[in-house]
Amino acid sequence: MRSDRDGLSVIVQVVARWILVLILVYGLGVAFFGHLTPGGGFAGGVVIACGFVLATLAFGGRTGPAAAFYRWVASLEALGAMTYLGMAALGWTAGHFMQAWTPRGDAFTLASAPFLVVVNLAILLKVGAGLFAGFMVLVLFDRSAGSLHDGKGEA
Amino acid sequence: MTFYALTFALFGVGLYGLLAKRNILKKVLGLIILDHAINLLLVAVGYRAGRGAPIRLPGDDTTAFVLGSVDPLPQALVLTSIVIGLGVTMLLVAMVVRLHQRYGTLDVDQMDRLKG
Amino acid sequence: MDAILIGLAAFLVLGSVAALEMTHLLSAVITIGVVGMGLSILFLLLGAPDIAITQVVVEVIVVTVMIRAATRTGHEEVGRPRSVRTVLAGLGAALILVGVALAAFAALPAFGAPRRSPSDWYLAEALRETGAANVVTSIVLDFRGYDTLGEATVILVAIAGTLVIARHLAGDRMVDGDPPGASAATSLTSSGEEAPRA
Repeated sequence: MRSDRDGLSVIVQVVARWILVLILVYGLGVAFFGHLTPGGGFAGGVVIACGFVLATLAFGGRTGPAAAFYRWVASLEALGAMTYLGMAALGWTAGHFMQAWTPRGDAFTLASAPFLVVVNLAILLKVGAGLFAGFMVLVLFDRSAGSLHDGKGEA
Repeated sequence: MTFYALTFALFGVGLYGLLAKRNILKKVLGLIILDHAINLLLVAVGYRAGRGAPIRLPGDDTTAFVLGSVDPLPQALVLTSIVIGLGVTMLLVAMVVRLHQRYGTLDVDQMDRLKG
Repeated sequence: MDAILIGLAAFLVLGSVAALEMTHLLSAVITIGVVGMGLSILFLLLGAPDIAITQVVVEVIVVTVMIRAATRTGHEEVGRPRSVRTVLAGLGAALILVGVALAAFAALPAFGAPRRSPSDWYLAEALRETGAANVVTSIVLDFRGYDTLGEATVILVAIAGTLVIARHLAGDRMVDGDPPGASAATSLTSSGEEAPRA
């Protein structure tokens, strides 16, 4: 019997592959331009996590792009946190902890505050990877489904 | 003032769900409603009638921008609060599934055996 | 405009009551999803577009996770209804809370009226001090960056707690490296530990 670890039908998988790319690009865009338009790191991070939720639902918890990314999820979350702390610590060179120390460009352009762009991306990594890890853990680890999933060892 | 009253009513509904429901999943729903109510109250305190979002456009005069924006400080607080609420909800759902695995039921009154 | 805001808030209250009182768990979870979407529209009308984006996406994830919990653990409400005394006690507590909160808030300025706060300084100086046109981002990441650091810590603790509980969900079989999903998860918390436990 097909367990729901295997994902959904072929039509859903084909559509999901395209939609996943769009969702990831949208999330990255929302976070990149967070200092100019509404959004920022948190909105971008949860959008990326939601894209991977879609990938998990469409392709199953063990195959597909979501499962492939799952190996790096701990490292990505730590990278996000360390980048945020590193940028804040480098603020000591300009005055005090957590001061925006990078040189500024023209206003209303992408380069108008590189500190904010990098910090937005760090928050995106932290939030997106963390929430995706939490969701995958709830999907992968379950033996209360009972007799539908025996055969191989359950985890 | 009516708006604040409705927000407090939402908080009261969430509190009622947390206290008076036997099904533990309904208690988690009550906590979600509490989160919504508090986030709504914070953003509502920062709302100024007739003004827009605090996004500055090129060519905005500073005084006009300050007089034409809602309060951005509660929005900053609520932004992190929503994401934290999601993380805590996932933790609670993991606990609910584990409790169901251990006791076989979602009824709080039947989860009374202490020994693991 | 005020009528729309009050109408949406009333919709939220009624939807939440309906979600709590439904006996079919799956329907209750989907109703909470609808309430969250209504809340996102309310945020947009209150002038908070960043929060509206975040709320929509977070609500989708919450509904997905709750649907999974509801279908894994049984669909229907359990057992006989609660005693009348408990329901009345819950309602009474909620009503007292609403009354006291209203009395406290009546002392503050009215809804929608302008008043002084540090936000005036933030709005005026954000572009010059941080180079950001989005004042909310500059507050979250620059003026109040420590709060964001605290939020990152809270998310980390919540996800770590979820992992710990989920290990108990899977039982002990995952430490011996059976299915491929299990080894991916052990590498999440014990990276570098390769030797199997005896």
